Amino acid sequence: MGLVYEPVDLEREAFEDLRGFIEKLLSKPAPGSAGRTGAWRLYRPAVDAGRCIKCGICWLYCPDDVISWAPKGLPIIDYSYCKGCGICSSVCPVKAIDMVLEGE
Amino acid sequence: MKVKVLMGNTAVAEAVRMADVDVVSAYPITPQTIIVERIADMVERGELKARYVRVESEHSALAVVYGASASGARVFTATSSHDLLYMYEMLWWVANSRLPIVMAVVTRAIGPPWSIHSDHQDALTVRDAGWIMGFASSVEEAFDITLQAYRVGEDGRVLLPVMVALDGFTLSHTSEPVRLPEESEVREWLPPREPLPFKLEPGSYFSVGNLGPDEVAMELRWYVWRAMERAKHVMREVSVDYARRFDRSTHSLVEEFKTGDARYLVVLAGAWSGDAMEAADMLRDEGYPVGVARLRYIRPFPAEELRELATSVRAVLVIDRAVSMGHMGVIAGDLVAATRGKVVVKNIIAGLGGVDMGPEDFKSIVKGFVEEYESGALDSWFYAEWYMPWVRGR
Repeated sequence: MGLVYEPVDLEREAFEDLRGFIEKLLSKPAPGSAGRTGAWRLYRPAVDAGRCIKCGICWLYCPDDVISWAPKGLPIIDYSYCKGCGICSSVCPVKAIDMVLEGE
Repeated sequence: MKVKVLMGNTAVAEAVRMADVDVVSAYPITPQTIIVERIADMVERGELKARYVRVESEHSALAVVYGASASGARVFTATSSHDLLYMYEMLWWVANSRLPIVMAVVTRAIGPPWSIHSDHQDALTVRDAGWIMGFASSVEEAFDITLQAYRVGEDGRVLLPVMVALDGFTLSHTSEPVRLPEESEVREWLPPREPLPFKLEPGSYFSVGNLGPDEVAMELRWYVWRAMERAKHVMREVSVDYARRFDRSTHSLVEEFKTGDARYLVVLAGAWSGDAMEAADMLRDEGYPVGVARLRYIRPFPAEELRELATSVRAVLVIDRAVSMGHMGVIAGDLVAATRGKVVVKNIIAGLGGVDMGPEDFKSIVKGFVEEYESGALDSWFYAEWYMPWVRGR
C-alpha cells in the first residue's frame, strides 16, 4: 500500500451520531426519567390515617423520596414511583402503615 | 528529528510527555511499571505539567481517568495482564461513554502459573469492549502508535478509547533506536484536545450512563459500533499523515512484508512479527514464495485489507499468541470470518505463557505449512495446531 488514502467525509454521520449519543448517554434528574418505577411494586404501603401520629419518620426513611410530608400533616405517598420496599412500614413507630398485596 | 536509544516503556512515556496529557492515573505491575515510574518522574521534575493520581487498584485508575476524560482532560493510564482484567468492568464504561482515553497494555501472560513474560491473551481477551487496539512491533512503533492514539481517539468522527499493546520485555524492556520528532512539531500535529459538547464539572448536574430503558443500552452499543467503522478511515488517514510528517515507513492498519508476489501468507501481530519476517526472508532464499501481513491494529479489525491479501494467495497461516478456548486462535477466528471461508487457513497457536519464539521456529512452522498444502494434506476446512516442539510428537 502506498502513501495514498481516500479522504472520506464522515463528518455528517459523526455529527448526527454524536448528538444522538449524548442524548442517550447523559440524563438530568427529573421525575420518571427511568420510567414509572411504581410498576415494579408488589406490595403497596397503605397509611392508616386514624393511627398515624404524623411524626414524619416514614418521610425521613423513604429511600426513593416518594413520600411528601409537612410537619403535623399526614404522609402522602406517590404511587407512581413507590417501589413498595416496605421500609416506611417497618420504621413506623405506631404500625400505621400496612403492606397490602397489589390487586387486593 | 533526533535518534535516541529507548526501551519500549520509556518510549511510551516519552510519547505521553509529548502529547502533553493533563491527568495520569495508574498502578504499577510488571512489565508496565517503568512507564508509570518514568511519567511520575516527569511530573515531579515539571517536564510534564500533569496531575498524577495514585490509586489503590487498576479499577480505580481507569475510573479516575474516566472522570478526568469526561471533564475534558487528555489522560493516560497503563497496565498489564491480571491488572487489565481487574479493570474489566471499567473498560466497558469507558467504551460505552466513548471517552478518548489512551492506555498502554504491556502484554503479559495470565496465570496460573504466575508468569511475567509476554503473550497476547490479556489484551485480546478484552477486544469486544469497544476500544481501538493497536499492536506495536518495535519500540519506535510503540512511540508512534501512542501519539497517533490521541489523534485518532479524540477525532470528532471517532471518540473512542485506544489501547496500545506492546509485548512485555521483548519491547517494554528492550532498547532500540527511536527517531524522536521535535516536541514543537508534535504539538503542532497534536493540538490540545477539543472540548466535548458536555463537560462534567462542579455546578453541572447530569449523570453519565444512568439507568434507562433497555433500548438506550442497545443504542449506545450501536453508536460505538458506528464509531468503530468510521475509526478505520480515520486511522488510515492519521497514520499516513503521521508517516509523511515524521518520516515513517509503516502506517495504515496492516504492514505488508513481501506480499506482492507471495503465494503463501503469514498473518500475525506484535513484537514477534520481526522474527516471522526474518524467517520469510530465509525461506525466500530457499525458494518459498512467502509473505507476511502484520496487523498493526486488531480492533477495528482490518477486514478489508486482509480480505484482499488473503484472497490473492493459495493459503494463509495465522500464528496466534492468544486462544479462544473451545474454538481457535483469536486472530485466526477473526480472519476466517473476514474472508468468509473463501480462503484455505491454517492456525498455529504458539508462544503462550511467554514461550520464546525465534526465526528458526517460524521457519519450521511456515515450511511445514507450505509443504502440507503442496502435498494436498491441508484441506480447505480450517484447523488449528499447537506448536510445542519440546513435547514429543508435537
